[in-house]
Amino acid sequence: MTYLLKPKLHHPSLAPNALGYTRRDYEGAISTMCAGCGHDSISAALIQTCYELDMEPHRVAKLSGIGCSSKSPDYFLGNSHGFNTVHGRMPSVLTGANLANRDLLYLGISGDGDSASIGLGQFAHAMRRGVQMVYVVENNGVYGLTKGQFSATADKGSKSKGGVVNEDSAIDLCALALQMGATFVARSFSGDKGQLVPLLKAAFTHGGTAFIDVLSPCVTFNNHAGSTKSYDFVREHNDALNRLDIFFGKDEIVADYAPGSVTDVRQHDGSILRLHKLHDSYTPTDRIHAMRYLEERKALGQIVTGLLYMDATPNTLHDNLNTVEGALGILGDKALCPGQGNLDKINASLR
Amino acid sequence: MNPTDTRNPDYFHKVVDCQWACPAHTPVPEYIRLIAAGRYDDAYMVNWKSNVFPGILGRVCDRPCEPACRRGRVEEQPVAICRLKRVAADHKSDIKSRLPAPVAQKNGKRIACIGGGPASLTVARDLLPLGYDVAIYDGADRAGGMIRSQIPKFRLPEAVIDEEVDYILEMGATRRFNTWVSSLKDILAEGYDAVFVGTGAPRGREANLPGRKEAGAHIHIGIDWLSNVAFGHIEKIASRVIVLGGGNTAMDCCRTAKRLGGSDVKVVVRSGYDEMKASPWEREDAQHEGVEIINFMVPKEFRHDAGRLIGVVFEKVKAEYDANGRRNLVPTGEPDQLLECDAVLVAIGQENAFPWIERDLGIAFDKWDMPVLDQVTLQSTAPRVFFGGDAALGPKNIITAVAQAHDAAVSIDLFCQGRDVRQRPAPHTNLASQKMGIHEWSYSNPVTLDLRHKVPTLDVAKALKSPKSEFELGFDLKLAYAEAERCFNCDVQTVFSSKLCIECDGCVDICPVDCITFTDNGEETELRTRLKAPAENMGQALFVSETLQTGRVAVKDEDVCLHCGLCAERCPTGAWDMQKFLLEMSHAGQS
Ligand SMILES: Cc1cc2nc3c(=O)[nH]c(=O)nc-3n(C[C@H](O)[C@H](O)[C@H](O)COP(=O)(O)OP(=O)(O)OC[C@H]3O[C@@H](n4cnc5c(N)ncnc54)[C@H](O)[C@@H]3O)c2cc1C
Ligand SMILES: Cc1ncc(C[n+]2csc(CCOP(=O)(O)OP(=O)(O)O)c2C)c(N)n1
Ligand code: SF4
Ligand code: SF4
Ligand code: SF4
Ligand SMILES: [Mg+2]
Repeated sequence: MTYLLKPKLHHPSLAPNALGYTRRDYEGAISTMCAGCGHDSISAALIQTCYELDMEPHRVAKLSGIGCSSKSPDYFLGNSHGFNTVHGRMPSVLTGANLANRDLLYLGISGDGDSASIGLGQFAHAMRRGVQMVYVVENNGVYGLTKGQFSATADKGSKSKGGVVNEDSAIDLCALALQMGATFVARSFSGDKGQLVPLLKAAFTHGGTAFIDVLSPCVTFNNHAGSTKSYDFVREHNDALNRLDIFFGKDEIVADYAPGSVTDVRQHDGSILRLHKLHDSYTPTDRIHAMRYLEERKALGQIVTGLLYMDATPNTLHDNLNTVEGALGILGDKALCPGQGNLDKINASLR
Repeated sequence: MNPTDTRNPDYFHKVVDCQWACPAHTPVPEYIRLIAAGRYDDAYMVNWKSNVFPGILGRVCDRPCEPACRRGRVEEQPVAICRLKRVAADHKSDIKSRLPAPVAQKNGKRIACIGGGPASLTVARDLLPLGYDVAIYDGADRAGGMIRSQIPKFRLPEAVIDEEVDYILEMGATRRFNTWVSSLKDILAEGYDAVFVGTGAPRGREANLPGRKEAGAHIHIGIDWLSNVAFGHIEKIASRVIVLGGGNTAMDCCRTAKRLGGSDVKVVVRSGYDEMKASPWEREDAQHEGVEIINFMVPKEFRHDAGRLIGVVFEKVKAEYDANGRRNLVPTGEPDQLLECDAVLVAIGQENAFPWIERDLGIAFDKWDMPVLDQVTLQSTAPRVFFGGDAALGPKNIITAVAQAHDAAVSIDLFCQGRDVRQRPAPHTNLASQKMGIHEWSYSNPVTLDLRHKVPTLDVAKALKSPKSEFELGFDLKLAYAEAERCFNCDVQTVFSSKLCIECDGCVDICPVDCITFTDNGEETELRTRLKAPAENMGQALFVSETLQTGRVAVKDEDVCLHCGLCAERCPTGAWDMQKFLLEMSHAGQS
């Protein structure tokens, strides 16, 4: 916890983005996380992402459940919309908000307890419906806020701070997201912004259901020997598949890589994801391959990170439901109440 | 890069930009904190120990600390360090009991200080408490040197000079005033154990142009004219005045002329406005008082009518830069311009003059007729004779004179004790954690956004009618507190323990000015380019940690660190700590 307000003064070289905002303008209230919590690094990565993507803060809606992770949205994007739902219920509130106003960018922030324990059902359904959003789970393997009980992502055999061994098998949210039909699935580590920030950028520009499982050590309750979610353990077992660069229309794409070492994927909005392969055989556009690969590596005790899977032309909930353009709130009376004539027509068609 | 060795006192000292830039290395943040705490006596004593003349310097110091101040690199203006010093002097109580009392038991050594300016007075202050007998010679009837004879009273009231000069004289100095020394040989013959020459740079440079002699009654050498004003021999000037020169003496001349009846006062300078030697604040004050500054004009002739001054003829020039980037002033080709006036003040520089030093005493002089000195000990080639202040290296300023005099006093003491003058005492340093609790530090770490506070002044019209009234009124205590809070406390250092760091990135994320980066080590110039914010200020050091667990190093660019302590608050393991680094220079008699 830090009580001192972060001074507004910034480095003289910190430039404003296209909207005239500096990175500092995307910050939020001062964090009350424990010092050294991975969640704060994820907040910093989100701040950097939104700054670099020239995102208008008022066009972002942050939704979260309950937990240390779920309270972190207070600590970034202080000028965006925010909603703290009941524990584990963020996905359904986000889905509703998205249906009502498709013009906002939806950012779901959740924890492993919030999404894999109490909210597992909500999580699974949001993944299969094509809700356009960036869904980030800040995964520390414990319920941080309630003092460190194992969550459903805690690995079997890992030890709690008090020495208790977890006997339940772990839920891999990436595997579940793949199975449920998410169109963008990645895993990263709070301690590696070089990997995380480009993934977040790609997720924000993806246009479908983007899910990122970010390992985020809980320094207070799950950073000891015997934990599989500690800084040391994650660093030692991190098996990065690829590094990502993202290019937008205006950027120059310089191609000076050995053939086969990079793959370019064009996203629906024209941006190009350049993947620097660290594993030769891995292609992140093959969902079945991704699922098998995850399981294989897990069996070897490795934590696979990077972009696991993406569908460059995702379908969304709005496409599927054929909803009207624009936010419902700004539809005029005429659109909302099309008149007796139209009602008669509809009734007739149902007779 | 190799891991930074923070045990070298220069490392942390350099981080305290103001203290490093101060010739006397005054512990600036230390006294600023004392002012914020309302401890004016203590703040005064911290100053008095290092710079001897806090009340004087708090008004007229050249303040090399301020352009160096870190705050000036993060926002528009540095901390008003100098004016805070004045606050300590203005608001202290009677501190006489804290000054060294005259020493009853003398050590038998006799020192002569020639000249009674700040340099000699500092030597006296450093040596008197050690039991030396110190005689101060000056041609004037009082001590103070140019502080008294040159600096106008509206910038520095007489009472302030008297107070701080008397502190020293009352420590038991032997006063040899009204005594112009015309022979160093005679002085040496009196058997002094050492002689300190602090006679300043007393000669004003001439403008030898056509008409100088003929119109001489209306043309004055600036520093002579100023001392005549200071000592009450001159009380008015004609209405149209031209001041030649662009330094601080020119500024004092024009502002004084404005107060003595000059209604149309112009300062005419060869160079451009930005290259003028006068401090920016002096220029601004002069302009604020209605003085016109005219640039790129070189005087050619004093135009007169049978000795009655008509004006000064100027050639118009412009700046051109040669291949080496050196500036040359070349004529523009426009016709010369006559500026009419009734009086001219020539303020185009000062020179040293040692006509009273015989050249057969073993004191070597160089081709500029300046004494050959050891730059560290300030000893001349005659071992008994030491120099300091403007007499040593040409005209500078008070704080440089004080700093050199401290050094010379150390040398004189070592010399008189039969020790090697080159074995200098090291500065005293201390490093202590400021942690009081999880979020509590024993210094005020919040960073205020206040812009520099203006010092209240007299109304200009009133000031011009009252030549002896001090123009600046000084900060009141409320403003002083607000200004003191602008100081970042750069002496509270970020001290890093490599073995404690778990590389969580917490400090990187919280640092408001992007100082900290965890990255692979590299060669300095290359490393500087790949930090979180580029480290382009080569004058500021990079701190590099030992190699960490992941093989990376922690790098901190000292340049714009706010010393807010957020890195230390955010660190889960205490790998960063905020520790106060106090460095005090060793003066004579200290080891
Ligand atoms: C107009 C003007 C304004 C200035 N304003 C500032 C300012 O605002 N801030 C600042 O920091 N500096 C200022 N300075 C510079 C500053 O005054 C000097 O740098 C400083 O006083 C030098 O100190 P000193 O002890 O070396 O010599 P001085 O102060 O020059 O003292 C030398 C003394 O020696 C005496 N003396 C000389 N020869 C003999 C002799 N043969 N026998 C006996 N006595 C002798 C002189 O009478 C004089 O009193 C100013 C200078 C001028 C000319
Ligand atoms: C309905 C409900 N059940 C239980 C709780 C108690 N509770 C608060 S936070 C939390 C777990 C949070 O864990 P996670 O989402 O992993 O967040 P973390 O604190 O680890 O970031 C629980 C069980 C609650 N607030 N509401
Ligand atoms: S309890 Fe754990 S998860 Fe919660 S703020 Fe502290 S370190 Fe972070
Ligand atoms: S901020 Fe304070 S300590 Fe730092 S350089 Fe300026 S005056 Fe000195
Ligand atoms: S906050 Fe502390 S432990 Fe974390 S990276 Fe910084 S110095 Fe290391
Ligand atoms: Mg958790």
